[in-house]
Amino acid sequence: MPSEVNTGLATLSDQLILATVLLYLVAMIGYALELAFGRVRTVSAAKREPVAVGASVSSGSGGVLPEAESPREPEPEPWAIKAGGLAVVLTWIAWAANLAGILTRGIAVDRWPWANMYEFVVAICFAAVTAFLVLMTRQPIRFLGAFVALTAALGLGFAVLFLHVQAGPVMPALHSYWIAIHVTAAIVASGLFILAGVCAILYLIRNDGRASVLPSRKDLERITHRAIVISFPIWTFAVIAGAMWADRAWGRYWGWDPKEVWAFITWVAYAAYLHARATAGWRGKAAIIVSLVAFACLLFNLIGVNIFFSGLHSYADVPN
Amino acid sequence: MTLPPDTETAGTPEASVAIESAPKEPPRPVGLGVVGWLRWGWRTLTSMRTALILLFLFALGSVPGSIFPQRGVDPDKVAQYFQNSPTEAEWLDRFQLFDVFTAPWYAAVYLLLFVSLAGCVLPRALVHFKEIRRKPPAAPRNLLRLPYGEAFEGELTVEQAAAKLRSRRFRVVTGPDWVAAEKGYLRETGNLLFHVALLALLFAVGAGGLYGYRGNVLVVEGDGFANTVAAYDRFMPGQRVSAESLTPFSFTLKDFQASYVGAGEKMGQPLDYSAKLSVQDTPSSPPRDVDLKVNDPLDVNGTLTYLIGHGYAPTFKVTDGKGQVAFDGPVPCLVDDQATYTSECTIKVPDAHPTQLGFVARFLPSTVPNGSAWVSVFPAAVNPTVQLIGSFQGDLGLDSGQPQSVYVLDTDKLKPLGKMSATPPKPLALGETRDLPDGAGKIQFTGVKEWITLQTTHDPGRLPALAAAAAAVLGLVFSLMIRRRRVWVRVTDRKVTVGGLTRTEGDVGGFSEEFAELVSLLRGSQDSPAPQAGPAPVEPSTGPDQE
Repeated sequence: MPSEVNTGLATLSDQLILATVLLYLVAMIGYALELAFGRVRTVSAAKREPVAVGASVSSGSGGVLPEAESPREPEPEPWAIKAGGLAVVLTWIAWAANLAGILTRGIAVDRWPWANMYEFVVAICFAAVTAFLVLMTRQPIRFLGAFVALTAALGLGFAVLFLHVQAGPVMPALHSYWIAIHVTAAIVASGLFILAGVCAILYLIRNDGRASVLPSRKDLERITHRAIVISFPIWTFAVIAGAMWADRAWGRYWGWDPKEVWAFITWVAYAAYLHARATAGWRGKAAIIVSLVAFACLLFNLIGVNIFFSGLHSYADVPN
Repeated sequence: MTLPPDTETAGTPEASVAIESAPKEPPRPVGLGVVGWLRWGWRTLTSMRTALILLFLFALGSVPGSIFPQRGVDPDKVAQYFQNSPTEAEWLDRFQLFDVFTAPWYAAVYLLLFVSLAGCVLPRALVHFKEIRRKPPAAPRNLLRLPYGEAFEGELTVEQAAAKLRSRRFRVVTGPDWVAAEKGYLRETGNLLFHVALLALLFAVGAGGLYGYRGNVLVVEGDGFANTVAAYDRFMPGQRVSAESLTPFSFTLKDFQASYVGAGEKMGQPLDYSAKLSVQDTPSSPPRDVDLKVNDPLDVNGTLTYLIGHGYAPTFKVTDGKGQVAFDGPVPCLVDDQATYTSECTIKVPDAHPTQLGFVARFLPSTVPNGSAWVSVFPAAVNPTVQLIGSFQGDLGLDSGQPQSVYVLDTDKLKPLGKMSATPPKPLALGETRDLPDGAGKIQFTGVKEWITLQTTHDPGRLPALAAAAAAVLGLVFSLMIRRRRVWVRVTDRKVTVGGLTRTEGDVGGFSEEFAELVSLLRGSQDSPAPQAGPAPVEPSTGPDQE
């Protein structure tokens, strides 16, 4: 295994990640402006329904608002909608910078660029933004932009400030093609789980009875569920791929290492969410809270376990 | 316990509304006797709410397994815990918190969960089996009242519509003026497959524990190993493993090499380990060379040997007070500092005369002077030296019959040779000899070997476990990604009405696109008159299963 590091490329990678953080922040401001000034505040369907019954062919969400409320709502500002569009463009640029940062780091050290905590967090932020951008091409979820961009900026900022280590070679235990399979799956699943987590938090913030720029709880719930439904099998696969790697590297496929324990807890918690959602009396808020508990387990597994416990997954290389 | 059920199991879509939302709390039996209570207990156990609670308990019960050291993972740390805080450890041990994953209370949770799962999956499998063979129900009267509905005018016969839907792999039934089609049975099949696979996984893991074994051994360069129970330093067999069932392979460790980053911020970080073995699969087979690496175990007929760790074994020659060579060989030393491989060595010389000798030493692979002391700065053996920290004579306590660690010197019946110096002693360079005080003899640092630790695993459950896990993923993908949906077509005169619904709550991807596409397929190439919209093709999730 070569130990040479292309320092020029490694520095470029660090600069690209810094630029990414700034771009996400600017994009976030754009999304936030659009949210604040470019959207009609609506009372969500659940509360509107008694009024809307009978008006079977409805035109848009604003159209069926009771007259008494409509005049107070300010009209959306055209410039604010433009700011939202600009934010989307900026997000794509930031996304490209994020990707370039990951690629240059990988080329600089000639290995898969997610072998320590810094690289891992950078990749997860990238995955979360990717999930958002892909979903946005098929669903009207631009309202999520501000929150996703903020999450990504915070995640990357945290990685740059507290987790950054110089690009370099890794432990012999990581010299395996399994890193491409196991860690990539974990990253993709985590990115989607983050998207679901952001939506679930918005669900709790959203009060259906009050006018809001956010979509209805029902829509938020649906996006949360959709993201988890896609990521849960990927997470399952990541855990199984991890077991297969452990079988190659450590002499057993499952040994209750702290990371394994928490990956398992996360899996069980998300399984509980999927079941809760189909159980009478648990739908809605209760299920959403379960999904957030699962999300907390995921975050603890990604970050907490490496900091608080010593175990076989001690490649994190977290600077002291 | 199963994944979100496709709620409706029979009847027309209208009848299916809100079946699942009815609370399933079974009525408490009053004076029903044993059978009634058993039935109530079984229903409660197999209800989704109980399964949910058990799932939470399962997750919660695993948490202490990550907080406290586990005997099955790291027994030394458990012993250390007992030493540091004995009372606390005793209490933790009373609740089996050092053996969480083999504890009876933990087993109780997952066994109840799996019984609950089986109690739910098996009846559902029967229902699904009947369902698969049933025909799609006849068309309801007004198709436009379904969640997805559309009408158009055109020349379309019932047979044509049926053929078109069949080409999309729908299961189709026709009536005098209608076609009923259904698709997506794989969803429930996948759901059942997933849960059955989890049961299979549990059995595979259990069987692996019963019929498999694990062993650890330390081997010094030049030494050999034969796969017998006695040869292991630590051997952990399953309950059904006999000593004769071990695969009879053997090997010699010819050489071990480690390479490290030589400079820069990451100096000393290991880059690669490689152990050169000469392996005999059976006592009579010819030896073959194997390059054992991390991530690349040695496989002999399903028994796998892994490279787990490594360290230094400096060789010493000890001459006793009578001038006889009492010891000549390697001494494996415990690694004290992973970054520099500074190691602690214990040398026991039971054959020395007139009294036994014992030494405590420190091995420094890359020695540099540091003020009045010496330290190792690099893990590779660039400038290896040995510091004799203490020399003792007397009774090593080896004949007492009490087992003792080879890495610890029991100084109860030993007395130090000469004076213990306050400053760290000058280290011995390679080949250097030091005379012992009081004419007790001399010790020579003759060379450096390396040792490796190996783990040998035989687990007959690992391939079945893999198959079960793969089946679980496949089932999961089917059950989460496939949508169960029904489409009806009614043809009267030149008027065609199409209605559709999904029987899946919270489906992935909109059914509306597929429905629109089916409508245009049915409409064919003819000119399309303005479609009459159904009443509510608004939100894809507004299926009949919603409350």
